[in-house]
Amino acid sequence: MADLQDALVVDPGIDESIAKLTPERIEKTILRVLKKENSGRLKVYLETCVHCGLCSEGCHTYLSRDKDPDFAPVAKVKETLWVMVKRKGKVSPEFIKKCARIAFTECGACRRCSMYCPFGIDIAYMIMIVRRICNLLGVVPQFLQDTTNSHAATSNQMWVQPDDWIDTLIWQEEDAADELPGVRIPLDREGAEIMYSVIGPEPKILAQLIANMAIIMKVAGMDWTMPSLDGWDNSNMAMYSGDFEVMGRVERAHWERAMQLKVKRVVMGECGHAYRGAVYDGPKWLGWKRPPITMVHAVEFYYELLKSGRIKIDHKISEPTTVQDPCNIVRGRGLQHKLRYIMNELCEDFRDVDPRFEHNYCCAAGGGVINCGPPWKLSRMKSIRVKAEQFAATGAHIIVTPCHNCHSGIEDIIGHYKLGMHVSFISELLIKTMDMGKQDKDSVEQAAQQSVAEVRT
Amino acid sequence: MYEFARGPLVWIAFLIFIGGSFYKLVSVYLLVKKEKSVLPVMSAKYGLRSLMHWLVPLSSRNQRLHPVMTFVSYVFHMFLLATPLLLMGHAVLWQESWGFHWWSLPPGLADLMTLAVIGAVGFFALRRIAAPEVRNVTGWKEYALLLIVVAPFVTGFVAHQQWLPGKTILIAHIVTGALWLIAIPFTWLSHMLWFVFTRSFMGSEFGAVRNARDW
Repeated sequence: MADLQDALVVDPGIDESIAKLTPERIEKTILRVLKKENSGRLKVYLETCVHCGLCSEGCHTYLSRDKDPDFAPVAKVKETLWVMVKRKGKVSPEFIKKCARIAFTECGACRRCSMYCPFGIDIAYMIMIVRRICNLLGVVPQFLQDTTNSHAATSNQMWVQPDDWIDTLIWQEEDAADELPGVRIPLDREGAEIMYSVIGPEPKILAQLIANMAIIMKVAGMDWTMPSLDGWDNSNMAMYSGDFEVMGRVERAHWERAMQLKVKRVVMGECGHAYRGAVYDGPKWLGWKRPPITMVHAVEFYYELLKSGRIKIDHKISEPTTVQDPCNIVRGRGLQHKLRYIMNELCEDFRDVDPRFEHNYCCAAGGGVINCGPPWKLSRMKSIRVKAEQFAATGAHIIVTPCHNCHSGIEDIIGHYKLGMHVSFISELLIKTMDMGKQDKDSVEQAAQQSVAEVRT
Repeated sequence: MYEFARGPLVWIAFLIFIGGSFYKLVSVYLLVKKEKSVLPVMSAKYGLRSLMHWLVPLSSRNQRLHPVMTFVSYVFHMFLLATPLLLMGHAVLWQESWGFHWWSLPPGLADLMTLAVIGAVGFFALRRIAAPEVRNVTGWKEYALLLIVVAPFVTGFVAHQQWLPGKTILIAHIVTGALWLIAIPFTWLSHMLWFVFTRSFMGSEFGAVRNARDW
């Protein structure tokens, strides 16, 4: 049965919102989503599912909660969408509350279960339909809704103001130049080869990652730029809260900025969901088959730099290290082998996880689950015991997480399950291990002059 | 009664099965055509790749995690389709009515295959009772459908063994067979129609769009 502690979690975004619902509004909203926004594909999925339960093995929540059948993917659909369809939208506000709990906090839309369903039914897609219905009813966990509000109001996820953004970049440029003289963060350079985009939390709480990338770009000698205006944030929590209108707006702003800068490709930082939003879900909503410019994930980018010799490793990390295969870039992009190449380049003692690649367990933080905030943290920890066991079995000290959600989620797992490990982004390891070249006095002066010249132009 | 079952009822069942399946396929195609992210994504190469990995036994991880279920499912589905098509009794009827003639199974083997189908349905029913994750999503409809699936095999077997008066059991066999055909387009037995499409769509999504494997 469902966890009683989870059912008693107080979340104003859900509890207060359901008080405002009327049966008419619920029915109208459900029918709109089921009939106008989704039709053929959903119909086929509902008719094809033979209720065999074979998807259960795919779900970390089910596995972590001692195989409680209520947490199996098919059960999550049964408890939500099947009822909505069967009752033709005539359901109660309390029922919507249960749907919100299941869809937002017990499923991270990681799509692992799609690989376990013999028919290839996209169960996460059906859970996203439930989220969409909850969103249109205004029933979304408060912390997650706040990120969507921020996207709508500021075009970024973390309420970063335009002056704060530019200030952060200048500050990071200065920090990076302390590490390696001559490092610049070129803003709005039209026609650069690369536009580098990050997620909102980077300037807010992990600004040093921007400096890391500036150093990497400098060492590799890349022609790059960052946007000073809206569109710099490639993250998209509206995609997970079910506010697809805002999701589309965020993605369009990001791609329009890249088009304005006339770059050849967009390189993005170490984030999984941002890749999904920019490459799949956003373009789909906007009716595009693919994004207008190639999107390169940081893992692909580092692989390219290492493989081509643009950056060289000076000394490897000696501590035992393992890795997290983020869902949205492994199950969503097939970057597992490039990730392994990087790991072996950077680490003397790389210890792989099992299961791995597309079959790796989700971190239980992605899909907007961690963004549901502190009220749901204990629930999230209960849902991810298998991940803790998987990492513990490697005996590693460092877990490399090329995804922000994985990074934060796994930090929580380490604390909760007392694993005694720590997490690291790839860029942090690259800064420690790569050969930055000898910076003699002349080259420092030359770099300084070049910087001045760039400012003047 | 037997003449009605042997004649018009079989016609009606086939017409509903074929017409219903055609209606389902066309109506869903028209709906799916409106969705921007379904048909443009379909890829023959990756769709077939996925189908192959899910049709060849034990070539997907979940099949390997459930070897008994995999074995029983394969036997069930293969024999479910092969037995009625290749049964000598059915072949004789086709020849009498239409003049078609094709190879048919030796009666002993057909009996074994029929028993295997009945046994597999028993296994599925027990699994629905014994496995909590399956029991949780099982209601009377699931058992009713298992009954619809197994009934023509049970009646067919009994008829062949001549344990009951010939005509009565033959009528029961034809009626249950007709029910089975009619149920296909309108219940979750329609996975028979959709499997190729759902599997190849997911294969296309994983292969052509996400550069990943789905098995």
